Amino acid sequence: MNKILILYAHPSPHRSEVNQPLFNACQAVEGVTCVGLYGEYPTFNIDICREQRRLVDHDVVIFMYPLYWYSTPSLLKEWQDLVLEYDFAYGPEGKALQNKLFFCAITAGGVEDSYSPGSYNRFTIRELLRPLEQVANLTRMHYLPPYTLFGARTAVEEQRLDVHIESFVRLLTLIKEQNIVYQDATDYVTLNQYLCEQGSISAETPYLSHDLSTREGRL
Amino acid sequence: MTGYFLQAFIYLCAAVIAVPLAKRMGLGSVLGYLIAGVIIGPIIGLVGQETAAIQHFAEFGVVMMLFLVGMELEPRMLWEMKARLLGLGGAQVAITTGLITFIAMQLGQVWSVGLAVGLIFALSSTAIVLQTFQEKKLAKTEGGRSAFSVLLFQDIAVIPMLALIPLLALPELIDLSASGSTASGHHEELSLVANLPGWAHAAVVVAAVVGVIAGGHYLAHPLFRYVVESGLREVFTATALMLVIGIAALMSLVGLSPALGAFLAGVVLANSEFRHELESNIEPFKGLLLGLFFITVGAGIRFDLLAQYAGVILALTLAVMLIKAVVLYILALIFRVKGSNRWLLTLSLAQAGEFGFVLLGYSQQHHVLPTELAQILSMVVAISMFLTPGLFIFFDKVIVPKLSQKTNKQQVPDEIDEQGSAIIAGIGRFGQIVNRMLTANGFKTVVLDHDMSQVDNVRRVNIKSFFGDSTQPDLLHTAGIEHSSLIVVAIDDKQRATDLVHYVKHTYPHVHILARAFDRGHGYELKRAGADWIVSETYHSAMEMGGEALKAMGLHPFRVEQMKTAMLEREQVHEAELYDVWQKIDEDVKFSYQYTQLFIKLEEAMSDAMKKDRADYHTRSQHGWVPPPKNYIDEIEQDLKNDPC
Repeated sequence: MNKILILYAHPSPHRSEVNQPLFNACQAVEGVTCVGLYGEYPTFNIDICREQRRLVDHDVVIFMYPLYWYSTPSLLKEWQDLVLEYDFAYGPEGKALQNKLFFCAITAGGVEDSYSPGSYNRFTIRELLRPLEQVANLTRMHYLPPYTLFGARTAVEEQRLDVHIESFVRLLTLIKEQNIVYQDATDYVTLNQYLCEQGSISAETPYLSHDLSTREGRL
Repeated sequence: MTGYFLQAFIYLCAAVIAVPLAKRMGLGSVLGYLIAGVIIGPIIGLVGQETAAIQHFAEFGVVMMLFLVGMELEPRMLWEMKARLLGLGGAQVAITTGLITFIAMQLGQVWSVGLAVGLIFALSSTAIVLQTFQEKKLAKTEGGRSAFSVLLFQDIAVIPMLALIPLLALPELIDLSASGSTASGHHEELSLVANLPGWAHAAVVVAAVVGVIAGGHYLAHPLFRYVVESGLREVFTATALMLVIGIAALMSLVGLSPALGAFLAGVVLANSEFRHELESNIEPFKGLLLGLFFITVGAGIRFDLLAQYAGVILALTLAVMLIKAVVLYILALIFRVKGSNRWLLTLSLAQAGEFGFVLLGYSQQHHVLPTELAQILSMVVAISMFLTPGLFIFFDKVIVPKLSQKTNKQQVPDEIDEQGSAIIAGIGRFGQIVNRMLTANGFKTVVLDHDMSQVDNVRRVNIKSFFGDSTQPDLLHTAGIEHSSLIVVAIDDKQRATDLVHYVKHTYPHVHILARAFDRGHGYELKRAGADWIVSETYHSAMEMGGEALKAMGLHPFRVEQMKTAMLEREQVHEAELYDVWQKIDEDVKFSYQYTQLFIKLEEAMSDAMKKDRADYHTRSQHGWVPPPKNYIDEIEQDLKNDPC
């Protein structure tokens, strides 16, 4: 049985259409510890000892957040800066995170096609998350590609939210019961692709692809 | 004198025994009073003829109740009710009177008798219905509001009825009384308008009503202010009573209903800052008088008459209630009152009311109804009132569960809980800021302060606040503490603040208590009294200033911020420990009156704790953003070579 820790960071949950419902759904899953960072540390005074204890107590660490400027919301960055200390997470004595599983569950504004070399976001989502991939690497964790919802601003209108949440809950159960061979997933761009190919989850309902040229113009 | 004491004792004793019992059995207080009345009246026979006299006195409870009801209604709300008041209320009175008149004539009565009976039975019992609504918290429902507008219309309609009834006099009854020498010497009531021509009568009435409204608007405020500044609580109570009694007297003098006048005055005072204090002063009198009134109704039931005409009385009672209920149900359909509210309206107003007694007596006096008929009818009124609590129980136990089952199937429950309001006790500089935060974010607050000038000040900047001592349970009750989700205790008097916290925690455990402490010791007292969250009044501002001082000494602002956080954290770590020390010392010192000792010892404990800190506590100021050692890159590379990721 794997113990899962979800660190959720959304600075305006009252406006959230995807992340908050997803986080709420996770709270109903047994054996998953759900931490709302903005709720717990509204003044950014992160309790370092408590957070380190949490990490030690779990086998799987998931960052759940909306993508802000290709990175995490600021509190989750603060969390990294403070909690992943020398001689705790890295360094000769820092082996606390060794062999834990780590990945991100994110939402991105652009459609999937826009995260490619030919389009305005220029990089795949996997490439954009490289800093976190390297954090995982230096702290000796096993990194998995991000579980991603693209085109998140219109997901509710296009009825893609329920599928996204159900698939994630199923994924949590797979991980919890150790029914996933993470080595197989490491080369995919997103976890969604891997799971889809495995037949573990159904493909998302297709959504409208947007006119990329006008978007580029705006950027 | 002894006689009065004995009687008062019997009435109170009956109420004290019967009412809590009835309430515990889920019957409601009204039924409890009625039963108490039956027991001490017809069954044991402890009280007798004087009940009628007491009843007249006790009817004053209805006047007070309407005053209180008026205060709950702002003029704007009254205006919004006008369609319902005139439409629903008017139709109820007209149709019910018509139907009952018709039936009475079918039963062989003369039309004038029929009409008088119709008028008498068209009225419902304001006392029972409003009291029960309040008890069962139904007053704010749609059904409750509709029922209230009908009752209000009826209370207004009593006045023209009183004018109409003498015109219905039966010639043979007049002859009878004339031949039977002087009938019961009915003495002339004091009146301002008795011998005036019509136009002058109207002018006096209008002047009286305008006087009440203008007086309430312009004179009440300075009057209450003057009284409050004397600082005597009982004088305020006297003023409140004086006001209600004065209005009742004025209205009687000009031939209007005292209840209506009191209601008007209540509406005028609805926006006053003294509202809650007035309410909590009048409330106990109203409760007692109404209770007394219900007892006299119970005691007035005459078993001899009941036995003699059992069939007739019961049949009439059921017929009256059925007719009234049907009329109400149909009106509810027409006025689109839905679901359980429709049933509430139908069942709550199906009885005849206390004004029925008044009209009956009046009709008898003016030779409209034969005495025997009037006595039977008064039994019908009493029994229908007696049955009303039963209808409320029926509504609670049968109708509501049935309807809620139905609606539950159709509707998904709401996710958002209803937000209760917050009470802020003390609106000094501290309370004002808290209040602003809450109201700016759309939460409703009720603000209380016992300092009149303070209430005046904040009223000037449009903060809705009320004068009153928030440590008085009555005032908290009228401010709606049972429905509030939190109370902010920001009053200056340390002892009173602690008492308030203690009282609220024990009486309303669901209310979240946020309290402001004067100093550390007071903070611990509040904690022991049960406050959920406590802040020392100067703590945070002192911390801010300490931080500014460090910045002025040249420390980097972000470093200063970290130091402040570390300081707060250190406090929290030792919080429990210091509290224990305080409790122990407090016990020791309490009896020796050496309070200063307490603080000296507490200071010692605190500085001990801080010293320990410096030795071994790993504060955040040392913990966060610590750079790795100078040679860390070599170390990592070496480590990775030995043990690759």
